[in-house]
Amino acid sequence: MQYRITHKTTWTYERPVTVCHYTARLEPRTLPQQSCPWHELHIHPQPTEKATRCDYFGNSSVYFEIEGSHESLEITAQSLVRLQQNAPVDSRATPAWELVRDACLADQLTPTAVAGEMCFASPLIPVDSVFAAYAKPSFPPGRPILEGVKDLNRRIFKDFAFDPTATDFATPVAKVLQQRRGVCQDFAQVMIACFRSLGLPARYVSGYLETLPPPGQPKLVGADASHAWVSVYCGDEVGWTDADPTNNVLPGSRHITLAWGRDFGDVSPLRGITIGAGEQVLQVSVDVLPVEV
Amino acid sequence: MSMPAQLPTGSAIPPSQAGGLLAGYVPQSGVWDEMLLPGGGIRPHWKAYARFLESVDAEEIGRRQSQMQKLLRDHGVTYNMYDDTRGAGRPWELDLLPLLLPQSEWQSVSVGLAQRARLLNAILADLYGAKTLLKRGLLPPALVHGNPGFLRGVSGVVPPGGKFLVRLGADLVRGLDGRWMVLADRLQAPSGNGYALENRLVLANVHAEEFNALGVRRLSDHYEVIKQMLQSLAPRARGGASIAMYTPGPYNETYFEHALKARYLGYPLVEGADLTVRDRRVHMKTLEGLRRVDVLIRHVDDVFADPLELEPNSMLGVAGLLEAWRSGSVALANGLGTKVVETPALHPFLPGLCRHLLAEELLLPSAPTWWCGQAREREMVLASPDRWVLKPAFVRGARDPIFLADLSPSDKASLLERLRSTPHDWIAQEALPLSTAPTLVRGRLEPRALVWRTFTVAGNDGYNTMPGGLSRVSPEPRRWIVTMRSGGISKDTWIIGDGAETVGPGVIQQAPTVIRPSRPPGAVPSRAADHLFWLGRYAERLETTVRVLRALLQRLFSERPAESNPEIRACLDLLKAMGFSSIGANIRNELREIIRDPKKDGSLSDLLGRIRFNASSARDRLSDDMWRLFNHLDRDGMLDRTSAGLSGAQDLLDSLVLDLTAFSGLQQENMTRGHGWRFLEIGKRIERGWQTLTLLQTASGSELGEEAVLPPLLEICDSSMTYRRMHFSRPSLLPAVDLLLLDESNPRSVAFQLQALGRQSARLPSDPTTDSGGRERQQTDALLSDLSGINLVSMAAAERDPRVELPALCQHLADSLEVLSDLLTEHFFSHAVRRVR
Repeated sequence: MQYRITHKTTWTYERPVTVCHYTARLEPRTLPQQSCPWHELHIHPQPTEKATRCDYFGNSSVYFEIEGSHESLEITAQSLVRLQQNAPVDSRATPAWELVRDACLADQLTPTAVAGEMCFASPLIPVDSVFAAYAKPSFPPGRPILEGVKDLNRRIFKDFAFDPTATDFATPVAKVLQQRRGVCQDFAQVMIACFRSLGLPARYVSGYLETLPPPGQPKLVGADASHAWVSVYCGDEVGWTDADPTNNVLPGSRHITLAWGRDFGDVSPLRGITIGAGEQVLQVSVDVLPVEV
Repeated sequence: MSMPAQLPTGSAIPPSQAGGLLAGYVPQSGVWDEMLLPGGGIRPHWKAYARFLESVDAEEIGRRQSQMQKLLRDHGVTYNMYDDTRGAGRPWELDLLPLLLPQSEWQSVSVGLAQRARLLNAILADLYGAKTLLKRGLLPPALVHGNPGFLRGVSGVVPPGGKFLVRLGADLVRGLDGRWMVLADRLQAPSGNGYALENRLVLANVHAEEFNALGVRRLSDHYEVIKQMLQSLAPRARGGASIAMYTPGPYNETYFEHALKARYLGYPLVEGADLTVRDRRVHMKTLEGLRRVDVLIRHVDDVFADPLELEPNSMLGVAGLLEAWRSGSVALANGLGTKVVETPALHPFLPGLCRHLLAEELLLPSAPTWWCGQAREREMVLASPDRWVLKPAFVRGARDPIFLADLSPSDKASLLERLRSTPHDWIAQEALPLSTAPTLVRGRLEPRALVWRTFTVAGNDGYNTMPGGLSRVSPEPRRWIVTMRSGGISKDTWIIGDGAETVGPGVIQQAPTVIRPSRPPGAVPSRAADHLFWLGRYAERLETTVRVLRALLQRLFSERPAESNPEIRACLDLLKAMGFSSIGANIRNELREIIRDPKKDGSLSDLLGRIRFNASSARDRLSDDMWRLFNHLDRDGMLDRTSAGLSGAQDLLDSLVLDLTAFSGLQQENMTRGHGWRFLEIGKRIERGWQTLTLLQTASGSELGEEAVLPPLLEICDSSMTYRRMHFSRPSLLPAVDLLLLDESNPRSVAFQLQALGRQSARLPSDPTTDSGGRERQQTDALLSDLSGINLVSMAAAERDPRVELPALCQHLADSLEVLSDLLTEHFFSHAVRRVR
């Protein structure tokens, strides 16, 4: 599949802003199953300073400053992304989850120990026995790890209600587990907390999902949204495998990966500090359009 | 760094035969005492000081003790606790006895510390670079990846000069064999060297004779090294690097020393709000616009330093600081992410890392430590838990070390369960019997457990350690936890020269003398000007409030019956005009509130708190005398809090008036006429003008009659005598208004304040990047012209009713003064911050 993605963010300020600082992680990653032949980032007003680097996790990160009075800020990221279907994995053939857990703590940087970096608590995702207790039924002793992942994915999908009014970006993961409501970001972080509390490495993935209109209706412009899911390490053979608990699927050719990190804080598509703006109005629109190859 | 194997035996004076303070000092047996040998003899480097201890009498000790307390109080030395309200400082605890160490011992410790600093810097460079230590198995990955101090955003940064670590604070303890060991390393914002300096300033004064006789190594050389090092760090290759001391602000526990060091080193003290990143370079917001900063001495913890990339809710940080550092345009002392090597979990690996990275043997050992992230060590702890002290490996200050043997069986079981589930979060140590140092407690010497914090900085050739440091002893006997947070007592540390050292002022390269530098010595940060402005306003508001209260109390407690004294009504009206509108029902209760209730807006306690806050926030701009006065003011304001009645209040008001007068005197006579002084002056003048107008507005419109209103009004405005000298008659309205409103020769008149404002607003700094300069000048000119348009003679002649016209006029002028205040705020101080995600 090939997609053309337009991600537009507009801030409108009550009072003119004289200076702001931002980081953007809006360029899709290049992966074995994903390529990004074209990407452009337009910022208006024109940044007075801009620097692009590759961050610790390999994501492209753009730093920019805007100095000079402005009343709105418009950031548009456009990308062309090609996706290939991954070869199917036989989940029953993956190693027992305990083997992966134990290999993470090797004293040297083996491939699994590298992945083991994602076993630890991170600023937004704690490690706690309540998450382990919730996850445990999916991981009986000796179960192949990917089997367990699929089961936990299904259970979170079934147990949690999608409810945009229930949480905001500051809602703690423990509270989401307790109230069993939230949005994709919450479900992803709950699932990561579950894996890490069992000692399994899991990371947070930000990206997009192509949504399909109801049958017979045209697709609306701007109807898509940023999305978030999980990647879990399933042993050296299979490596990182994605799971999307919001939709109970293992992502294939409709999930476009932007960036990954320990939690939302590492991959936030746009993070910024403005001074003296007063009230701010935010508008975000995302379009993921399939394009003929 | 160890003591010589053969300890010289001193002329053993059995403690019982020794005189003075030395008598009765008995260290615990089996524990290393700093002063006495196991047999009771005195260690050689203590002998000279011990003679003083033997000969001194209780009276002299008492005299020195109170001199020391007075100096600490006058300097306002505090160690803030976050739970104190309004940043009120806890007084600093200092022992009268210094810790004495011989030069030779210090020398070998400092060589070990220099090596340790090089080693830690090399570890940091590897962890944030190639990670070869992890790849080769020299350091377990979990120790780094599970360590919240490891900042991924720092990865790949090459700091200026390759230095992540510029300043190392290391806590040393002495083992039973006399060897010094490192208990803890402090890197992200090492504190204490300012307190060490303060301790020295005080004790060198109190023990002047002994200090000089012993040839104690001086600290000032070390501060010269610090200055040179900071200069050399500046990324821009040119003279006169711009260096600033970056503090979390007056609520921080060690704010006192940030301000002290800033003044001692001559660098501006800045908070996050004073700094801004433009073009990936750090700038300071000064009254004259943005000024580039080359080096920041950082006292803000790693994660709070940049809300853009680190903790997003930090109000202490600077957006873009990490990116600026990444770009190489600014040096940070220390670099960000240095907390990762503070963990004691690193201790067992240091000997191997030292061999690998430096090809040297580790000179200074660490306190024996086992990291539970390793299977064998974990099993050892779980096998015999009662032997061990557990500490969180990565979280500092969360709780004291946990002695497993002291826990109840259920607590122990649950702690061991946590240890099993997150083993990498814990370290184990054996309980260490620390060495003891003689400490003066209630007139006697007692042995107390000792921790010596040393300070090491990067110099031009290698690292250099302060000859001294901050020693701390436990607040209770037989207690082994020594931190300032848990109530420790500090000690000055004297390195006793043995005549062999050659380090002296000659070694330091002195910069050529500049008679008057072309550039002003550090522009004034906008925030400091803001605090000085409000310091001026609140000091003046306090004075007016005190004067009104004093006028009222004098009349309430006079021999003339209160019921028949209309002046009391007049005073109450004036007090109402100052914002205490509800007064009247129960005067005495309400007056008590106005004097003592810190929660009541505008009360004396409230105003003193605001003055204290603004003064401490501009601490580095105020002279020691000025600061002493604020401490005095605070104490005078406090004294009365315990007494319930109003009778003592008059004394309190009198002493406050005198303190405030002294403050004005110091401001006029002792402060350089820079912009800092200017904003203090403007604040005072605006407030005094505004208060006088408010009082005049009420008095001139009053229906109580001139004879009731004017005597208290003139008294409050300190103009009674002037009036009597000019008029020889009972006060009447228009002459009194003339004196308080229009008479330019009366320093209490509105005209006098406006003249002063006119002079100062013409000298306000102009910021070339904005065009709004001059608006303050225009506003002041408009006020002056309004004032000169007032003609009291024609008002009297035209038989217009002054009781209607004057209040309206006063209101108009007061409003215009508030506009001036707003203009200044908008132009010079405005730092509204709002964060988005």
